[in-house]
Amino acid sequence: MNKLSAEHVSMMFSRDGKTTNVLNDVNLEVAPGEFLCLLGPSGCGKSTLLNIMAGFLSPSAGTVKIDGEPVTGPDPRRIFVFQERGVFPWLTVEGNIAFGLAKLSKTEREQRIAHYVKLVGLEGFEKAYPSELSGGMKQRVEVARALAVNPDMLFLDEPFGALDSITRLTMRRELLRIWEAERNTIIFVTHDIDEAVQLADRVAVMSDRPATIQQVVDIDISHPRDISSARYLELRDGIFQQLGLAHKV
Amino acid sequence: MNSLAEPRKWEKFFWPILACALFLALWHYLIIWSATKVFPSPLAVERGIAELARKALLWRYIGDSLRRVTLGYVTAVVLGIPVGLTLGWYPAVNKIINPVFQILRPISPIAWIPVSIILFGVGDKTAVFLIFLCAFFPIVVACVDGVFNVPVMYRRAGRNFGLTPAQLLSRVVFPAALPQIIIGLRIALGIAWLVVVAAEMIAVDSGLGYLVIDARNSGKRYDLVVAAMLLIGLIGLALDFLFRRIRNFKSVRWGFRDEA
Amino acid sequence: MTSVFLPPRIGLTLLPVFFIIFLLIVWQLAVSFSSVHILPGPLEVSRGLADLIQHGLLLKYTVASLFRVTWGFAGAAVLAIPLGLIIGWYRRAEMAFNPLLQILRPISPLAWIPIAILWFGVGDLASVFLIFLGCFFPLMLTAINAVQGVPAVYLNAARNFGLSPGAIVARVLFPSVVPQLIVGLRITLGIAWLVVVAAEMIAVNSGLGFLIVDARNAGNRYDLVVAGMVVIGLIGLLLDTGMRSLESRHS
Repeated sequence: MNKLSAEHVSMMFSRDGKTTNVLNDVNLEVAPGEFLCLLGPSGCGKSTLLNIMAGFLSPSAGTVKIDGEPVTGPDPRRIFVFQERGVFPWLTVEGNIAFGLAKLSKTEREQRIAHYVKLVGLEGFEKAYPSELSGGMKQRVEVARALAVNPDMLFLDEPFGALDSITRLTMRRELLRIWEAERNTIIFVTHDIDEAVQLADRVAVMSDRPATIQQVVDIDISHPRDISSARYLELRDGIFQQLGLAHKV
Repeated sequence: MNSLAEPRKWEKFFWPILACALFLALWHYLIIWSATKVFPSPLAVERGIAELARKALLWRYIGDSLRRVTLGYVTAVVLGIPVGLTLGWYPAVNKIINPVFQILRPISPIAWIPVSIILFGVGDKTAVFLIFLCAFFPIVVACVDGVFNVPVMYRRAGRNFGLTPAQLLSRVVFPAALPQIIIGLRIALGIAWLVVVAAEMIAVDSGLGYLVIDARNSGKRYDLVVAAMLLIGLIGLALDFLFRRIRNFKSVRWGFRDEA
Repeated sequence: MTSVFLPPRIGLTLLPVFFIIFLLIVWQLAVSFSSVHILPGPLEVSRGLADLIQHGLLLKYTVASLFRVTWGFAGAAVLAIPLGLIIGWYRRAEMAFNPLLQILRPISPLAWIPIAILWFGVGDLASVFLIFLGCFFPLMLTAINAVQGVPAVYLNAARNFGLSPGAIVARVLFPSVVPQLIVGLRITLGIAWLVVVAAEMIAVNSGLGFLIVDARNAGNRYDLVVAGMVVIGLIGLLLDTGMRSLESRHS
């Protein structure tokens, strides 16, 4: 069975009497344990779609079902990761990671915190506050916080957008490493074509507003992916063309 | 920020001391030059303070003023923060109650004195009530603003982790709003200190404010008047200083990054 | 964040009005059913208000209070803002004067009353002086703060384009500080309004503050006392709203 299925999802926003049609009849199915990318230019509605899937917004039409049940609101089984701004500044790294673990016993909580601090590579920074960390480190805290509650699904909304491109490359590798260890279902929003082809099992290419899913591309290269391999370039160029982009700068 | 070079460390002490010394000297010579028999010189003020200390009035009056401020202020905090948080949490309720606040707020606490005296009689309780009244509004406003300004992202993250509304308020919204609430608390303390002095001038018979009026009325002791004013200024400054220390706590320091 | 059903727009503006009416009713009932007959109810207060208007006193006193506020406030603004801008600009000046300011600021203007009376005698000038004092320090501190808050990038860009110091002040510094100054002016106007009432209760014989003291002393007319308070509150609100509209036009 599908982990998540979006059926005929449409979204309209109205402000000051004007209505904007942001999403138009989006249909998508995500398999359990899959890594899916939503790719599209900025402002095309992919974040809106992600927020609908996570239960923060109600679609104007259509439904999203997770494990067969319609989504009615946010849930700790599906954690949303923002762009580093979601980290709570008044808590330490430990405090943030422990945020969703209130129901556990003290020893279990400490074990989990230690495990995920190690997993995201932040050992030694447990007692640091977010204001003392770099952007990349803050992002790791947020990922650790999300993973600590062992969610089935992770929604990531351009999580590496605020980072410099070198850090971004490192973070992508880290994310894949974590995913291979934990095997949650991940839906990842990005506007970066390379990022999508490097990370995802499938890439859902979205058109501009009103957005629909233009095409779903299967990335059939196994990890670790060689970004200079012929197949990689072929898939990437295919998406380039799909989006109607010029090949020369 | 200026066109001159970076000041050096010793300058941090040099300039203020210079300015104060010049100020005192100017004061001193103005007294001599104007040959006034009434207005005190800096030395007279200092002697006045010593006299008060000897008569043990100094500490008693300071204690009285501080006591009233503490009572009124703490009450305002204890009542104001829950009210403010509630109003910030339910914008609809805020819209209904806010206009009443806006009408009551510009009424000087002093104008409340007759009403207060009816309700509480002359004395401590009146002063405490007035302090409570004037500290209450800034605290409520700061709480409401603080809650409004909490980024939507934090609330969403909180809901995502399955928090109930009550937990959301206590574990996410309140800590996130805390820096702004602290600003309001600091302003309210400053106001409380101003008002206690004013209240003591009119409605009670002890305390630094009372000293200001009494020293003049019973003997034109302007040296004591100025001494009292100086003490009022210094203690007010000390109270404000306390608040600056609070801003340095790590769990709120993030909210004050831009302040000196 | 709430699931409260919000009525349509007209209803929204009426709800606070209903709430105020509700409070007034509660107040009237509390007074009618209490055994102590000193605090007036809203009906008595409105009759007192009508009384004042009839005798022309309301207008006369309001004008007197506003007059004092205007002079004290304007005087403070004219002196404190330029001084504050200068002190804020020169780091050493701020270092020098800051301690003095911080000690003078917490001293309530009312504590200056004996000195004010000593220097100016009982009357208008003394109360204007008190208002001036109450406005001077907050405005000065606002100006200092505003100058220090101008981002260095703006000034660097201005220098980059070869602007003279005078031009930098007029074309970059001033526009940057104006929004903050206007907010400071609004808050200080509120302070001025508080101080004038207090000053009038003590040191003069006209004005809304005087009305409150006099109504009580000369016959326990608490209806007039509360009427005075209501008028003070409303005018203060009007002043604040007026300043806010100025604020929004400038930001």
